[in-house]
Amino acid sequence: MSELTQLGVKAIHDGVAGGEFTAREVAEAFNANVAAAGQLNAFIVATPEKALEAADRVDADRAAGKPLGSLAGVPIGMKDLFATRGVQTTAASHILDSFVPEYESTVSQKLWDAGAGMLGKLNMDQFAMGSSNETSYYGNVISPWRRKDGGNAPLAPGGSSGGSSTAVSARLCPAATGTDTGGSIRQPAAFTGICGIKPTYGRCSRWGIVAFASSLDQAGPMARDVTDCAIMLGAMAGFDPKDSTSLDMPVPDWAGSLNADLKGKRVGIPREYRMDGMDAEIAASWDQGVAWLRDAGAEVVDISLSHTKYALPAYYIVAPAEASSNLARYDGVRYGLRELPERANLQEMYAATRAAGFGDEVKRRIMIGTYVLSAGFYDAYYTQAMKVRTLIQRDFEQAFAGCDVILAPTAPSAAFALGEKSDDPIAMYLNDVFAVPASLAGLPAMSVPAGLNAEGLPLGLQIIGKPFDEQGVLNAGLAIEQRAGFEAQPEKWW
Amino acid sequence: MSVDRATVAKIASLARIEMDEPALDRMVPEFNNILAWVEQLGEVDTSGVEPMTAVIPQALRLRDDVIDADPLTGGGIRDKVLANAPAAEHGFFAVPKVIE
Repeated sequence: MSELTQLGVKAIHDGVAGGEFTAREVAEAFNANVAAAGQLNAFIVATPEKALEAADRVDADRAAGKPLGSLAGVPIGMKDLFATRGVQTTAASHILDSFVPEYESTVSQKLWDAGAGMLGKLNMDQFAMGSSNETSYYGNVISPWRRKDGGNAPLAPGGSSGGSSTAVSARLCPAATGTDTGGSIRQPAAFTGICGIKPTYGRCSRWGIVAFASSLDQAGPMARDVTDCAIMLGAMAGFDPKDSTSLDMPVPDWAGSLNADLKGKRVGIPREYRMDGMDAEIAASWDQGVAWLRDAGAEVVDISLSHTKYALPAYYIVAPAEASSNLARYDGVRYGLRELPERANLQEMYAATRAAGFGDEVKRRIMIGTYVLSAGFYDAYYTQAMKVRTLIQRDFEQAFAGCDVILAPTAPSAAFALGEKSDDPIAMYLNDVFAVPASLAGLPAMSVPAGLNAEGLPLGLQIIGKPFDEQGVLNAGLAIEQRAGFEAQPEKWW
Repeated sequence: MSVDRATVAKIASLARIEMDEPALDRMVPEFNNILAWVEQLGEVDTSGVEPMTAVIPQALRLRDDVIDADPLTGGGIRDKVLANAPAAEHGFFAVPKVIE
């Protein structure tokens, strides 16, 4: 049954609905792949019994002639940032040790309601802070991809949704959830040759997702192709009264409306994204993407996003500021880890717990956030960053007056080796240079595979859309996918 | 603007993160590198620009004015609230003695 694990979301749903195979057979095949892939460290905990339970429900529903959901029979990986009732939820941090939620996140509940089952909780950068999956308390996730040079250097799967990207790319699951605060769906998708979309801010409820930076955090699907992403996003999105920033809008039928014909559409190419010293292969893949979209009927126009170079520094004020506030809740009192040195008072208990529980990158960001919000520095840092954020959003508004979608690279390079950037926080931050502007403006954006570089590693192209226009993003993604013909997958070594 | 070791120690204390001397030694240069890098925002002319307050503008909703409008976020679930506490006693969160 190993060929079942080659199938994506739509193929599994259709095969189960059509009786070609059972949901249980699918769940068993993926459970076996998960169990055999310990070397990749993609899962923090596997939940094979959950996948089987959900599959059995689907098989029983089908036998009883009941209607099946859009994800019926599809086992998925769940990023360990989503609270799952009765299953440990750690955000890959020591400070959430032994936390077993009494409730289910809105997004994961919607996925189960659509017929999906859970293969396990996926590893990630601690509290979603990182671009290489090297900040997890549970160890690095290893990308299934290797360079062609035969050196077998372990590569980064991207981050923060690195467990998700590795698991989908290595066929441990047909699809996975991700979350994107400043590129955490798109950059890992690009590094591993899969698709991932971050919808408009507010499309997916944040309720029950461990908070990092609340004005930026958005959940989205990661899967092998554009159609699968559209189907899964349809199941994840929707209004939720429990999230005050949830969009009270109908969820369009994205999957049913996919259309790769771009006649009459205009694609903007932001000139500021073509930076000095740009990787030649990234530049070439971007040019190829332009040619593909032209071939799909689109008109290509030059646009300017003049504040692009300030997006990343603005992000590294706004996101840590929000994180310092959100992560104040980890105090050793209500859940998770408690460190209580002998004769420690309450304040000392807080400080000892947080010192032992948070990793270095999390501490750095909490401290930067605390500093930029502190009395006397608030206006110079935080208010200025929020003004720059307004300017970045204005750049996009003006650009979208003359185009429908924007095409850019997803990341400035292919996957780098683990350890290559982990000593230099700013070098690591720069990996999200193309991803962060859309996050700051709350825009839908997706990464689709464009091809392999000379080292045999995947490169991704990014499509950024107008607010609420996930359809436009998915359609342009489909046009690229049809022309790129990306079939490569990592050779199994694990 | 460069910050000194005492300032970083103060920030750690405000953030309730215990830091010993070696940890502070590591943090001070990292902290200053990041601050020096974000300070390029000072170049941007933001006169007359309003700081962003909501990325997608929308009005905040009021929930129905009834008790337990949503049972998941309402009351009456003390045991669930306490279920993950490192120490819970007599239906309360337990902490080290605060008052002598």
